[in-house]
Amino acid sequence: MDRKQIDQIIDKHHGEPGSLIQILLEIQSEDSWLSKEALEQVAERLQVPMTRIQHIATFYKAFSLVPKGRHQVHVCMGTACYVRGASRILDTVQEVTGIRPGETDQDLKYSLETVNCLGCCALGPVMVIDGEYHGKLMPATSEAVLKNYE
Amino acid sequence: MPRLQSPEALESIRKELASKRDSQRPCISVCAGTGCIAAGAGEVIAAFKAEIEKQGLQADVDTKGTGCPGFCERGPVVVIYPEEICYLQVKPQDVVDIVSQTIKEKKVIDRLLYVDPTTKAKAVRESDIPFYRNQRRTIIGNNIKIDPKSIEDYLVIGGYTALAKVLFAMTPEQVVEEVKTSDLRGRGGAGFPTGKKWEGARNAPGDTKYVIVNADEGDPGAFMDRALLEGNPHSVLEGLIIGAYAIGAHEGYIYVRQEYPLAVENVTLAIKQAEEYGLLGKDILGSNFDFSVTVHRGAGAFVCGEETSLLMSLEGKVGEPRTRPPYPVTKGLWGKPTTINNVETWANVPLIINGGAEAFSSVGTEGSKGTKIFSLVGKVNNTGLVEVPMGITLRDIIFEVGGGIPGGKKFKAVQTGGPSGGCIPEAHLDTPVDFDELTRVGAIMGSGGMIVMDEDTCPVDVARYFVEFLTDESCGKCVPCREGIRQMHTILTAITTGKGKEGDIQRLEHLAEVTSTASLCALGKSAPNPVLSTLRYFRDEYEAHIKEKRCPALSCKELIAYHIDPEKCQACMICLRKCSAGAIVGGKNQIHVVDQDKCTKCGTCFEVCPPRFGAVQKISGEPVPAPLPEAERTTVRKANTNE
Repeated sequence: MDRKQIDQIIDKHHGEPGSLIQILLEIQSEDSWLSKEALEQVAERLQVPMTRIQHIATFYKAFSLVPKGRHQVHVCMGTACYVRGASRILDTVQEVTGIRPGETDQDLKYSLETVNCLGCCALGPVMVIDGEYHGKLMPATSEAVLKNYE
Repeated sequence: MPRLQSPEALESIRKELASKRDSQRPCISVCAGTGCIAAGAGEVIAAFKAEIEKQGLQADVDTKGTGCPGFCERGPVVVIYPEEICYLQVKPQDVVDIVSQTIKEKKVIDRLLYVDPTTKAKAVRESDIPFYRNQRRTIIGNNIKIDPKSIEDYLVIGGYTALAKVLFAMTPEQVVEEVKTSDLRGRGGAGFPTGKKWEGARNAPGDTKYVIVNADEGDPGAFMDRALLEGNPHSVLEGLIIGAYAIGAHEGYIYVRQEYPLAVENVTLAIKQAEEYGLLGKDILGSNFDFSVTVHRGAGAFVCGEETSLLMSLEGKVGEPRTRPPYPVTKGLWGKPTTINNVETWANVPLIINGGAEAFSSVGTEGSKGTKIFSLVGKVNNTGLVEVPMGITLRDIIFEVGGGIPGGKKFKAVQTGGPSGGCIPEAHLDTPVDFDELTRVGAIMGSGGMIVMDEDTCPVDVARYFVEFLTDESCGKCVPCREGIRQMHTILTAITTGKGKEGDIQRLEHLAEVTSTASLCALGKSAPNPVLSTLRYFRDEYEAHIKEKRCPALSCKELIAYHIDPEKCQACMICLRKCSAGAIVGGKNQIHVVDQDKCTKCGTCFEVCPPRFGAVQKISGEPVPAPLPEAERTTVRKANTNE
C-alpha cells in the first residue's frame, strides 16, 4: 500500500484523531497488516504520538504488526465449538502448519488465528480459511482440508 | 426518492408499495444470514436465480435472500410464499425440483420437509415445526419475511410506524414514560431498566447528548445481536431514532464488531436508505427533529462490550474502562450524557410504541417482561436462535424448542451469560428464564448465549476455558482482574492436567472473592462466576481431578487414555488407517493396540470405530490394561469360521 492510498483513507475520515481506530482498521483490511511506515504516516497526518498508535495497534486483536501468510486460517474457539471438540481441531492444525495461534510460518503460507465465535455454531467445530467455511470438523478432516491449500 | 415530509407521506408511500405487491405472487425466501451462508446458502440463491431465469419465470416469481430465522441447525433454510412451505438443508441440486414442482405445480417436496424425530410426522410450514411452534417470535420473526437490504420490505410490514407516532403524537417525556411503564430491561446482560436509563439521560443537564447501539457482541457462542443487525437493521435503527427523540440526542453511533462484516454492511446500507427517505438526517418526516447515525467498527476487544470501555474506543482510544459513577447517562461520550443500549433492547422499542406498554408487559414474569432471544448452541439437537417469552423454563427451551441432547447422551448443564455467567445443572432446569431467578441459581441472563453441555463435557475444563478467554481479554488496567484471573487460570490448568493440589479449591474461592470485589468493571467482577458456579454444582468433579487424577467426563486430555478392548476389536483397520500419529499397532486379522507412547489423544480412533463394535474406550483414573501378548492378537472373523 502506497502513501497515496493511506492519505486517501485518512482524508475520508477528515483527518480526525478520533477516527484513529477506523483508519487503522481500513489499512489493516487493505494490507492485512500495519507496517511501520504506514503507522508513521498516520501519526504524522493525525498529529497523534506514535506511542498512542502503538498502544492501540497492540491492544486490539484486529491489528497485526507483522505481514500475514497467503492463507489466513481461523479456528473458532467459541464455546459451542469448544464443547464440540475445537481444541482437538486446533491441535491438529498446529501440527500440520507448524505454527501456533498468532503466528505466520516462515514461507508465509499460513497465518493461524483463533477466533471467539464465528456465529455459525450449528456447523461447529468450524474453521475458516480465506473466508471459506469448513464445518463439522474432526481432526482427520481438518488435516485433509488444510492440505487443499497451496 | 424525495425525502418524506410528513407522516401522511410515509403512510401513502407504504400503501403504494403494498399495492404493488401481490400477496399471492410466489416468493422464494432463502436465509442469507452468516450461519446459512456458511452452509452454502449463497450457492442456493444463485441456483434459484439461474433456474428461474432458465424457466423464464422472472416476471412471476421473486427470489430473495433474507435475515436469519434462527433454525441454523437445518440451514440453508428456504421458505416459499404465499404457502409458507418450509424446506430445510436445501442444496443447489434441489433447486430444479423446487422450481418445477413447488413453484410451477404447487406440489410439496416431501424429502425437504422437517421430520419430527419421534412421531416421524412431516411439517410443511414453519409454524408446524416444534422448534418454531414453541417460540414467541415478536422480534426475530420478521427476519425471514424481509430482505434486509430493502427498506421497502420493512415499510411494507409496518416499519417506521412507531417513529411517526412518537414524532407527531407523543412528547419525549411520554415516550420515556411509555418505555418505563413497559418495564423493558436491558438485553445486554445486566438487565437495567431501560426507561430509567433514558430518564436519567433526558434529565441530565447539557444540550449535546448521544445514543449508542452496543453491538459489540463478544460472548463466544452468542450471535442474536448479529442476526438482528444483519436480518432486520431498520428495526434497530427505528428504535434508536425513537430513543434519540426521547432523550434529546441528535447524534448516534452503532458500535459493531468488525468480525461481523455482513452486519456492518447491512446496517450501513440501512442508514443510507433511511436518510434518503427522510427518516434520518435533518427534519425527520417534517417534524423539526434532526438525528444522524454513524457506524463505528470495533477492532476486536471483548472488554469493549462494557459500556465505559466502548466509549473509550469510540473516542479513538484504547478500550479500558473508566470508573463509574459518573455513569454514561450523565457523563458519557466526550463527557456528554449518553444512552447505551444493546441491539435487542433497541429492537424492542418500536414494538412497545406500536403495541403499547401494557401489551408488551403482559408477556413475561413479574420482574422480566417481553421476550428474549437466546442463541441455543452446544450439545443440543436444534442449534439456532430462539425467541421465547420470559418465564419459560430452561427445560422447555432445551428439550421442547431445542429438541434435547444429540446421540442419546445425558444432559449435564447449561451455561447462560457466557464468560460472565454460570452453569445450571439438571436439578435447576425448571428455573424460569427471568433476570432475578437466573441470578438466584448462580448464573445470569446475560446477553443470551445458552450453551448446552452433555455428560461428555467436563465442567472444570469449561471453567478453565472461560477463565482462559478472560485472561486474554482482561484489558490489564486494574490489578485484581489482570492478576486474579491469571492466577485462577494457572490453578485450573493445573487441575485439568493432573497437577492439582490439596487446597486448590480454597485458593480458587479466595481468588474469586478478591477478583469480584475489587475489579474495576463488570468483566473482572463477573469473571469468577464460571468457576464459582461449577464449584457450586460440580465440586465432586473438581475433587476427582485433584485427588484421583480422574476426569469423570473423560474429557481432559492429560487425564485420559485411549484403549482398544481386545474382546470387541474386529481388526477392521479403520482406526489404524485414520490415526495420524501412527499410534495404532495391528493389521489384518490382528487385534489393534494403542501405543500409549505415540498416542496424541486426538480421539480420532474413538470417533471412527464403528458404533456396532464400540471397541475404542476412554479410561481415566486407572491404569491402562496391558496389551495382549502379540501371539494372542490374531482374530478369526465370523465370516471366515464357516470355511
